[in-house]
Amino acid sequence: MISPQVKTGGPVVKVQHHVNDEVIRPERLPNIWCPGCGIGIVVGAYVRAIQKSPIARDRQISISGIGCTGRVSGYLNLDSYHTTHGRAIAFATGMAVARPELEITVIAGDGDLGVIGGNHLIHAARRNVDLNVIMVNNFNYGMTGGQHGGTTPLGAKTHTSPYGNVETPFNIPYLVAAAGASFVARWTAMHVRQVTAAISRMMEVKGFAFMEVLSPCPPTFGEFNGYPDPLDMMNYFKDKAVVDNNADLSGIGVTTHPEDSVVVGNFVDRKRPSYQELLGDLRARVSAQGGAKK
Amino acid sequence: MKFEARITGLGGQGAITAGHVFGTAAALHEGKEVVVTEGYSPYVTGGWSRADVVISDEPIDYPLVSKLDALVTMYQEGLDINLKMVKPSGIIIAEQRLVDLSRVVGDKRVFAIPAASVAESLGKKVLMNIIMLGSMVALASPHTLEPLKKAVTERFPKAAELNVKALEAGVALASQAKQGGIEKLV
Amino acid sequence: MSMSKGGMPIPGDYFTMGNFACVEGAILAGCRLYAGYPITPSSEIFERASVRFPQVGGNAIEMEDELGSMAALVGGSFAGAKVMTATSGPGFSLMMENIGLAYMMEAPCVLVNVQRAGPSTGVPTLVGQGDMMQAKWGSHGDLETIAYSPSSVQEFFDLTIQAFNSAEKFRTPVFVMADQVVGMMWEKLHIPPAEEIEVVDRQVMEPASKLDKEHPLFDYARDFLPMPIAGMGSRVNVDSLTHDSRGYPSTDHDVSEILNRHLMGKIKNHEKEIWRWEESNLDDAEVAVVSYGSAARSALAAVKNARAKGIKAGLLRLITPWPFPDEIVEKLSRKVSGLVVAEVNYGQMIHPVRENSRCPVVGANWAPGALIEPRAIVDAMQAVVAE
Repeated sequence: MISPQVKTGGPVVKVQHHVNDEVIRPERLPNIWCPGCGIGIVVGAYVRAIQKSPIARDRQISISGIGCTGRVSGYLNLDSYHTTHGRAIAFATGMAVARPELEITVIAGDGDLGVIGGNHLIHAARRNVDLNVIMVNNFNYGMTGGQHGGTTPLGAKTHTSPYGNVETPFNIPYLVAAAGASFVARWTAMHVRQVTAAISRMMEVKGFAFMEVLSPCPPTFGEFNGYPDPLDMMNYFKDKAVVDNNADLSGIGVTTHPEDSVVVGNFVDRKRPSYQELLGDLRARVSAQGGAKK
Repeated sequence: MKFEARITGLGGQGAITAGHVFGTAAALHEGKEVVVTEGYSPYVTGGWSRADVVISDEPIDYPLVSKLDALVTMYQEGLDINLKMVKPSGIIIAEQRLVDLSRVVGDKRVFAIPAASVAESLGKKVLMNIIMLGSMVALASPHTLEPLKKAVTERFPKAAELNVKALEAGVALASQAKQGGIEKLV
Repeated sequence: MSMSKGGMPIPGDYFTMGNFACVEGAILAGCRLYAGYPITPSSEIFERASVRFPQVGGNAIEMEDELGSMAALVGGSFAGAKVMTATSGPGFSLMMENIGLAYMMEAPCVLVNVQRAGPSTGVPTLVGQGDMMQAKWGSHGDLETIAYSPSSVQEFFDLTIQAFNSAEKFRTPVFVMADQVVGMMWEKLHIPPAEEIEVVDRQVMEPASKLDKEHPLFDYARDFLPMPIAGMGSRVNVDSLTHDSRGYPSTDHDVSEILNRHLMGKIKNHEKEIWRWEESNLDDAEVAVVSYGSAARSALAAVKNARAKGIKAGLLRLITPWPFPDEIVEKLSRKVSGLVVAEVNYGQMIHPVRENSRCPVVGANWAPGALIEPRAIVDAMQAVVAE
């Protein structure tokens, strides 16, 4: 365990320029996230994936919803959109249809994408809208102070499940894969390189590319569920994560129980025509028929 | 001059199409002011539907029908429900086979038109609405047939001839109905 | 007769439905993205858009609900497209959330509400005008609203184009508050040649490399600001949270005040150029009816009937219920001895009318799913004259 009060020896060196500065908005730092939060790790991975990507920077678009992860967009030096709770994917769909050449990445939380916006998630996966969607799953509503949601493990304690959560959570990768996404992955905030590599792959994939990133949330979820310190859940991920790209998705629900493993991997990577491609074909067909309905 | 008509039938009989054709003829080929409004039962298939047509020389303010100059009905309840809306000087054109006219015996405003059987003899049951329209124009409206012929030709370019025939058949049936000779036809 | 032959609308005279006229107007105004969810009695708009938009290089997409279709409009708007949807009461309620988003982000978009009867799911197939207050006050927080109310098929076409122009100019969601009667009725429609139609396009923000770094990105002292379009290199954060002149979220009171005043002011400061109304028989009127949409046609019939009875009646038809033309109503209320507000609801626009009037105001209200009849309005005129 690291104490937040730890002091380093030697002179303080202020970094004048960081390699990520051109993709983030340094003037907006420090960010709002708590010590031990995994969101910043995901942002770092996204930034590195953008830097590696051959796609023109001006075409990279970041869209987020509301809550802790919702704040991601505001720190990125891209065309970025902080939208309403749950609607980031729907917002992104409109943008993607109107301008298919954009590389749109939605980064939002589990409550945002999987609960209040759950309908948009499954239908965008079904349509296979060419978007990258990263769900940072911290198992609870963090910004509002720690309430249970659709990803909170059964029995977990939060301010709105003080006697233990009586709801069974979604197994998110299973849900999104069943809905039809081209690409489905799950990693944790511990798996920095894998998250970065998966984002790079998601930018290549035509169609709905989805990744769940499990993240610690020490002050609200961790505090009441056995992972109070910033590194506790990271250690859990380190000890219990099992990489299995070919896992049977029906059995990979997350319990956060210290004895239970967490299955991670790039589970689905398949070719399906994207929504934008199909809409483009439709327009071409209509145009070839001189506007006739056939 | 203001003319108000209701054309009503059951789903698939083409009451609303007949209203649109009538409205188009008056609006675009006679230069009249026209409003057509539609009504449906809550059921998509098989329920009643109706087109209400208001035609005027002046701009039309209140757009709905209030007192009918003509009621065209191709089903029983269309007569029962709407009878009270017909002006004393108005007329009622009922499909002879589909509407039982015994309750309106003696009402000189009622004309029975055998449009269903004539449509069958023309080879297409779906022409019933256009035959009824032809009869209505001949019996009730101040409008002539030519604009209607143009309107059906535009609406059904592939079956223009047949629809024009149906209109003319409707006119012929109307003149026979006027002479009280309708029974002989069927 | 086809209005398009599978391409752009062809100038000419047609006999068509209000909902169809709306789509042809939208195409001429430059709209190329429709995101919707079907609902009676607006569905013909979506259906026709599904046929027509791909014919002119656009898209009509069906979202999973109205929350999503409204959010997709805002996203599409920031992709540079002119965007629209059509809905009716229940769908309008669901859109309120992201109407607020469009307002906050200053995303031009057009929402057509073909109003139907009753609260909740009410009577889907029948007419109502019960969403007039919701258009102004439905989304939380203080919003200024631009809304047009068509009374005929021709006006549905004309005002749809006008709605797009206002949306683009004011960078805000604009409503076309139609109703089932106007949406479903068939009348003559004149489509003028494209060169006679005024089309307003938005100002687009320069790429970041060309922007003056010292200058605020969003100069909220100005009413009309260029819009950052995704993928054009402006690198702007667009935020649903209250945001400062860089677009960054802020809880500062001054920032909040400046942004809110800007959002309201850009409409409020120009309301006189937005206001549209029509006067009939007002010159010598002793009693006047205030009405809008299909109810205004009943009101006009009522005015004629009242005049036949010797009542000097006139009509003020509100083409823009919002922003409310308060000075016009106030001036009229000084001239007449009473006002009647005729609506197909149980009294909505009567409130701003009364607030701005110096004479007695009574409502003529009837909303059982039918258009209010002229005689009910005449009765109300007689009542207000007697007052």
